[in-house]
Parts: sequence; structure tokens; C-alpha cells
Amino acid sequence: MNVDLSLLAPEIALAVLGLGILVLGLLIPKGSRHGLGWVTALGLLGVLGLTIAGWDNQGTLYEGIFIVDRYAIFFKITFLTAAFLVTLGCMRYVDEMGDQSEYYSMMLFATLGMMVLASAGDFMTLYLGLELMTIAFIVLVCYRRTETRSVEAGIKYVLLAGMSSAVLLYGLSLVYGVTGSVTIYEVGRAVTTEPVPALILGVAMLVAGLGFKISAVPFHMWTPDVYEGAPTPVTSFLAVGSKAASFAILLRVFIAALPGLWAHWTMLVAILAAVTIIVGNLVAIPQTNIKRLLAYSSIAQAGYILVGLVTASEAGIKGVMFYAFLYVFATIGAFTVVTYFYNVTGSDEIKDYAGLSQRSPLMAAVMVISMLSMAGIPPLAGFVGKFYLFKTIVDNYLWLAFIGLIMSMVSVYYYLRVALVMYRDEPVDHTPISLSGPVALTLIITMMATLVLGIYPGPLSEVVNTAAHSFFLP
Amino acid sequence: MVEFALHHAWLVPLLPALAFVAIIFFTRPWPMLSALTAVAGIVGSFIVSALAAYGVFTNPAFKEEPLVYAVRWFSMPGLQIDVGVQLDPVSAMMIFMVSMVASLIFIYAIGYMKDDPGFSVFFSYVSLFAASMLLLAISSNLLEMFVAWELVGLCSYLLIGFYSHKIAAREAAKKAFITCRIADFGLLLGLLAMQIVFGTLNLVELSEKIANFEQYTTFGILTLIAVLVFIGPIGKSGQFPLHVWLPDAMEGPTPVSALIHAATMVVAGVYLVARTMFLFHEVPGAMELVAITGGFTALFAATIAITQREIKRILAYSTVSQIGYMMLALGVGSMTASLFHMWTHAFFKALMFLGAGSVLHALHHKADVWEMGGLIRKMPLTGWTFVIGGLAIAGIPPFAGFWSKDEILAVTLESGHYVLFVMAAFTAFLTAFYMWRLIFLTFFGEENPENHPHESPAVMTLPLVGLAILSTIGGLVGTPWAPYWSEWIFFGHPHHVEPNYWVMIGSVVLAAAGIYLAYQLYYVDKAKSRARALAQRYNHIYTILYNKYYIDEIYLWFNHTIVDGAAKLFYLFDIYVVDGIIVNGLGKLTCLLGEGIRVSNTGRLQNYALVFFLGVLAVVVLLAFTGPSAASLIVGGVK
Repeated sequence: MNVDLSLLAPEIALAVLGLGILVLGLLIPKGSRHGLGWVTALGLLGVLGLTIAGWDNQGTLYEGIFIVDRYAIFFKITFLTAAFLVTLGCMRYVDEMGDQSEYYSMMLFATLGMMVLASAGDFMTLYLGLELMTIAFIVLVCYRRTETRSVEAGIKYVLLAGMSSAVLLYGLSLVYGVTGSVTIYEVGRAVTTEPVPALILGVAMLVAGLGFKISAVPFHMWTPDVYEGAPTPVTSFLAVGSKAASFAILLRVFIAALPGLWAHWTMLVAILAAVTIIVGNLVAIPQTNIKRLLAYSSIAQAGYILVGLVTASEAGIKGVMFYAFLYVFATIGAFTVVTYFYNVTGSDEIKDYAGLSQRSPLMAAVMVISMLSMAGIPPLAGFVGKFYLFKTIVDNYLWLAFIGLIMSMVSVYYYLRVALVMYRDEPVDHTPISLSGPVALTLIITMMATLVLGIYPGPLSEVVNTAAHSFFLP
Repeated sequence: MVEFALHHAWLVPLLPALAFVAIIFFTRPWPMLSALTAVAGIVGSFIVSALAAYGVFTNPAFKEEPLVYAVRWFSMPGLQIDVGVQLDPVSAMMIFMVSMVASLIFIYAIGYMKDDPGFSVFFSYVSLFAASMLLLAISSNLLEMFVAWELVGLCSYLLIGFYSHKIAAREAAKKAFITCRIADFGLLLGLLAMQIVFGTLNLVELSEKIANFEQYTTFGILTLIAVLVFIGPIGKSGQFPLHVWLPDAMEGPTPVSALIHAATMVVAGVYLVARTMFLFHEVPGAMELVAITGGFTALFAATIAITQREIKRILAYSTVSQIGYMMLALGVGSMTASLFHMWTHAFFKALMFLGAGSVLHALHHKADVWEMGGLIRKMPLTGWTFVIGGLAIAGIPPFAGFWSKDEILAVTLESGHYVLFVMAAFTAFLTAFYMWRLIFLTFFGEENPENHPHESPAVMTLPLVGLAILSTIGGLVGTPWAPYWSEWIFFGHPHHVEPNYWVMIGSVVLAAAGIYLAYQLYYVDKAKSRARALAQRYNHIYTILYNKYYIDEIYLWFNHTIVDGAAKLFYLFDIYVVDGIIVNGLGKLTCLLGEGIRVSNTGRLQNYALVFFLGVLAVVVLLAFTGPSAASLIVGGVK
């Protein structure tokens, strides 16, 4: 069997990097492990470069169980960008937590899991990637193991994630039982429009299992608790990376493996998207903790992204990819502010953000821009993203677009409430917050990206077009 | 060099834009540096424009095929928006003219705005304005043009209200902005309709599609689009009935009045109609509307101008009137004559505004022409350059205004619009009269002993001299015997107007008559008793004219009674129904819902697991018992 290992180069490099960090951590004395963050960040940048360099190098490995098309590569770029930005923004936080080497290598393994997931061509690879990602995240979620909240979050995550994995596996085995294949594109050929009851059951299980990962309502219950309890950098990576990876595989499974049943699941997805948007936005309103607020807002965002799956079209895939990419910057921008604010003040309460615009204009500005982007206010990136997503459904699902519109207005309310606290209220403590270099860099990158992608989305849109196109090629 | 300029014409708007950014973010604490940055930006832009214009006007290929290049700004199936540059004789002329006049006015402003606390901010705003105006001129599609259109509106608003400590300035800024917004809404509707009907806003593509419009749409929609599009220019170019903002806009600093409210921005409307001539050309009704609006506005504003007392106000009404001429020429089908008048008008009107600024500068902002007099002895440069401007606008050969105004009169007559021709000819008489009334009252006669005028510094007078030279010779590019202008700037086919000597002689006679009348009333008669007696005798007409036909009062009355009355009704509706039931009720309901669902997040793992499995169950039920037909029944989503 002829295996083109160049297709696997980014994954191999990332695995080596993860192991290397682990080993380095053992070699370096405990007091001087600060540099590991930089090694991780630079290493991620290298892998990112390697991935981008492989843009034209498409193909499949092991008879279709590992697919490297531009669709997968684009998502890998998204994960690596997210991992890089999270690492850059969280160094101080991690230094205060201790055990840097294990933390960074777990981050890298989680990223590796996502990359495998994006390339998964059969159900086994899918499950492997999913578990690699999930288990790494379980470790990360309860990383502040002396803190009850973190441990509680970890336990909730491990139990509920296990449960959802079980459901997912059950669903996969049912699909295998009916179609006799585990390879996604072969399943796609075997599934006919004729609904077999066992297959329907399997699809339902898949929806539940993957819906858990993207925190779609009603499988979202874990999200606020875990997001609140986990260390903030982990929360942001969970919100961005894990969600994007799950969307990557969700699209692959539903559009490539189950197109025959589209008429059955499109309505279900539309209803899930609507419910997710509604619940996420409504429950975000009364929140007083910024991390819980962002958790509910991220549930709502998942609802918006889900809209792209409804039509199962190339335009929808494009919308999902575009939104996933810009969502990285908005979310990491907001969470980096939260992380750093926690480092300085030890608080995650919204009321403590009073007067942040006077203490650190950059932090306040990034927070507002990120949130307004999530709300979809032009000329920020979120507007363009939502435009692409909802454009696909306007013709046939006007009611869903309508819900998205109304709930976007609701979201402006709770986003601006935070802005109001930051800009209107007088700070209790007037000391300015000075930003450390990497954090300031992270904030500026996210802010610029959110602005530039909003004002000039053309180039990214072209890239996403070719990536979405590659989805239907094999 | 020329090739470089042609292919990098996007530098033209970019350089002033960079100057704007640099001033706002970096050089603001240092006024002189800011001014130099702004001047460097616009002069650089002028150099590129001049080279590009040279490239265009030496290559006849540009008459047939414009040079267009663009980058994709936004794309999705069914909607593609490019941002780009379209170079053809019209846009090349426009960027050349705008950047040249702007350069001179920027230099002038260094002297005029000296010691102003907002010096740097002023230069950042005018740089942004220049960038937007040049973008408007060079745009390759209408959406891009619309963005620039709104940007110049914004700059106009900022600069009219520049002296924000003055209530009048603030009010004028708001008035300008709101009036233009009303008009821009029409334009926006027109653009949307065009995008829907033709699927593009690209100028070149539109001109091809509209030329074959029968295949695409019906006649009615095209008329509707043309009328909607024309509403924008009515507001921006101060045409009746939306002219009311322009005279008030004179509250801004005088260089702004010269640049924005005389030479460039207010003619954007003319430019837009000229750019979309392919549309108007197909709709004779819309062309008539343009012609009548223009002709009426020209006469209407000129009659107001003869009674006004404030120097800049007279010039403002004169601007409205002259833009009316340009619209008239467009409406009777001669883009050549219209843009030619725009070209000459930019020079002599900027000249006169800057001259007025020089006067105001010397008299410490005393604006009433009746309180001036004899200024030419103390301010010879300002005075004599202003006289040149007066000769140009009155239409005395060989000054610039003569050639362009004569061409407008000739094409109007040739097209058979006799009523409009008479109106335009009478306007020419009025123009000469009110402008020379201004000149005699301000610069000649006895000096007012209260005034202590002094000539302005060289940085202000040199631009005056430059503009005076342009006002003198600027029209020679388009004389009937050497019609270079009409060979390059035309719509469809170049059209040479035969020299019509009767019109020519007639217009000179009318202009001379106007000047003579002003001479008799305001120069020979030192006490001006005859002028006062005339005003007494025709008191009713005089009062109506002096109060600008009470248009402002009519709008005010309309606002106070009709709009406010309706507003009161809606206010009650708003308080009790919208706010009470819909807004607050919905808000409360939303918050309550949020609280309600929040309670379901108990934090207990068992509950979470329960919800999860209930969710699985619900999904199974949904999938199993609602096939595609039921799904389409519920949500109507299946194709």
C-alpha cells in the first residue's frame, strides 16, 4: 500500500511537538518553565505554516479513512490559529497555575484530535479524533485541581461527555449495521431516500452525540457549568476549537454520509438551530458572570452556525466555514480579556468590569468589538458571517431567518450591557491595567482580524469558496 | 510616469485619506506639521491626477473604452461588489479639477485658519473630504460611489458645524445633514432597484444593460429608477425644493464654503447624473424633469440673490443658481455643456469664495455688504481677482464663464426648450446684476470709516491669483472655434454646437446690461437712494425675495403643525402601545423567559443527563414520526 506521508505532515509535526513539550518539561527545572509557552506558540506557528503550505496537496490515505481536502485543511488552519492565539494570550495565566508542560502538551493533543476529526473519512477515525480531543479537554477542564469549581466542571464534563460518546457510538454502529460500511463516502452511496427505521434511530443518535459537542439545545446543559469552572484559556479553546472541529465532522457526516435522508433531517436541524438560538440568547440575559454570559452566547452562536447545515448546500458549507473562522477571533478576543482581567483582579463578575475603558482602553475596546461582532453589527466580521449563513435559508426557511434576526437584536441587549458597565460606570479601583506584550499582541490581532474581515471579506470568502467546493469533489 | 499614474489611479483618493489618518493619529498636536501633511497629501494626489489626465487626454482610445480595474470587495452567488477605478475623460477631468482646486484651497486655508484652535482637526476633515470626493469621482460602480457620496455628506456636516460653539453653525450642520439624508434615501432606493433589476451596479455593465433595457424590464421601472436616482442630486446639489441647506451651510469656515459648497461637493449631483447618463438618456421624461428642475432653480435662486445682504449668502444662492444651469444642460441632453460649466464654475466660484474669505478675514467677520465699500484700495489683489471672478460669472468674453454659459444657452435653444431658454437668458442678466451689485458695494464706492481693512498674507492671495488665471483662460479649452472640450467630454457621440452668434451677442448684451444696471444703482448713485426707492416701491416683491420665498418658513410650518402634530399622536401611541405593551412588555417577557429557562440549569448532573436523554428521545420522535411531508407541513422548508 502506497502511503503519501506528506499529507500527514502537519499531524505528525504536531504530535512530535506535543511529546517534545512533555519531555522538555521533564528536563527543565520547575522554576524556569516559562519559556515553554513561547516554544508552544512558535511550534504552532510552524505547524500552521506547514498546513498552509499543503493547501494544494490534497488526497486520501488508507483507502479513504483519512481525507485531506481543502475543506479539512481550512478547518485545520482554523484550529491552529485558535491554538496559537490562545497560547499567546494565556501564558501568564498558565504560569500562575503551574505545571506548564503538561498543560501545553494537552492543548496540543486536543488540537491534534481536532485535526484528525476534520480529516476523518470513516467512523473509526472520527471516534478516535473525537476522543483524543475530548480526553485532553477533560484533563484541561479540571486543571486547577485545588479549586472545587474546576474539579466539579471536570467531573460533569467527563460523565456527560462519556454519555454522549456512548450515544454517538451507538448511532454509528446502527448506521454501520444498516449500510454495511464505516467509510463516510461509502455510507453516502449506500443510504437511499427510503427511510429504514434503524437508520433513522442511528441518525437521531448522531444528532445527539455531535449536538452535545457543539452544545446545541437540548444537549447544552453542561456548557455553562463547564465553561465557568474551567480555566479561562481552556474555556476559550473549548468554545472555539472543540466547537469548530465538531462542526467540521457534523457537516462531513450529514452532508457526505447522509445526503439521502436530507429531507428527513433538514427539518430537525432547522428546529434545533432555532431552539438553540432562542435559548442561548434568552438565558444569556440574566447572567452576572462574564464566563457564563459568554457560554450562553456561544450556545447561541452554535445555533447560528447550525443554520448553515440546513440546506446542505455548498453555500451553507461556505457560511459555516467563514463563520467558524471569524468566530475564532471574536471569541478569543473576548476570552483573552476575561483571562487577563482575572489575573489582575481575580474576578469574573460583570459588575467588576466597571470603568474598564478608563483602566485599559484596549481591553474594553476589544471586548466591545468582539461582542458586537458576535451580535452581527456591521462593519464587523460577524455581520458578514451571519449574512452568508442566513442568505442560504432566506428562500425556504424565512421563519428561521426571522428568529435569527430577532434573537440577534436580543443579543445586542446583553452584549451592550457589558459595554455599558465598561464605558459608563466609574471604576472602583482606578489603577490602570498594563498589558503584557503577548496579551496585547493577541488582543490587537483579534481586533484587527475582526475589523478587516468585516470590511474586506473578499479574499477569505474566495478561499472559503474553493474549500467548500473541494467538499463535493471526491 | 504616465503609465504608472494610469495604473495606480487609486492613489488619488488614497493619499489624502492617508493624510487624514496621519493627522488624526499622529500629527494632531503640531498644527503646522498637520497642515503640511494635508497639503502634501492633496498635492501628491494632484500630481497623480494630472499625470493620469495627461495619459487619458493624449490617447483617443479612452473615448471608446474606459480603463477599469477593481478588486473584489464582497461576493456571493447573485451579488458581487467590486471596488475599483474607472478612468475615462469624464473622471480624469473630474479628479484633475477637484485635486487642483483643493490644492489651492488647502494652501489658502493655512493662512485663513491660522490661530484657530481646531487647526489640525480642520485639516484632517478637509483631507478626508478630498479623499471621499476623489473616490466619488473615480468610482467604477455605483455602490462605491454611494459610499463616497455619504462620506462627503459626513465631511460636509462636520465642516459646516466646525465652529460648534456657534448655535447657528450647529443648526446649519444638522439642516444640511438631514436634508441631504432625505435625498440620499431616494438615491439609495434607486440603486437598490437597479441592483434588483439589472443585477449589477457596475457602471460599464449597467450602461450596456440599460441600453438594451427592453430585454430586461419594462419602461415604467426605468422611469422610476431614474426619478429616484435624481432625488439624490436634488439634495446634494441644492436644487429646488431641497436647496434650503446650502445657504445656511455658509456657517462653515470660508475655505470649506469654497471647496465643498461651491467647487466640488455640490456639483457631485451633476456628476452623478452625468455618470448615469445612460440611464437618463433612455427616459425622456426624467430628462425633462432634470431640465425643468435645473432651469427653475437657476432663475429662482438668482432672484433671491439680488436682495441678500450677506456676502457669502449671495455667493451661496449664486452657486445654487449656477448648478441649476448645469442641471438644465444635462436635462436638454448636453453632458458636454454641463460639465464644461462645472469646470469653469469651479474656478471662478472658488475664487470668489476665497476672495470673500479674504474680505471677512480683513473685516473680522463683518459680513453685510452694505457696511463695506472701497475695499479695493486697501486690498488690491483680493479686489481685482474678485473682479475677474465677477466678469467670468457674468459671462463677459474671454473669461471662462462666457464660453460655458454660452454653450448652455445654445444647446437649450437648439433642443427646442424655448421657455427654459428665456428663463436661462433672464437668469444670465440677473446673475450679472447681483454679482456686480456685490462687487460695487464691497470693493468700490466710499470706504466705511469703521473698517480697517488690510491685504491678506501671500499664502492666501497666491491661490487667489492662481484661480484668477484659471478663471480667465480656463474656458479657452472649449470655444466654438477650438472645441477640444466637446471632442473629449461627451455622451454617445461628440456633438459640436455651431457657433450661434445671436446667442453669443445676446448673452453678452444681457450681461453688460446687468452690470450697467448695477453700476447705475450702486456706483454712480453714491447714496444708493434709487436702489432704496426701488425696494420701497416694490416692497412686497422685495420682502418675498429677501425672505427667500419663505421656503424655510413653509418647511418650518409644515414641521411644526403637520409633522409635530402627527408626532404627538404617535408619541401617545409610542408611550402607551409601543413602549408600554410591545417594548417593555416584550423586554420583560424576554427577561422572564431567560430567568425561567435559567432555573432549569440546576447544576445537578442527574438533571443534565435526564435532559440529554429526553432530548435524544425528542429527536427520535421528531425524526421517526414526521416524514418529509409532515416536515414540510410544519416548517415549509423542503424544496
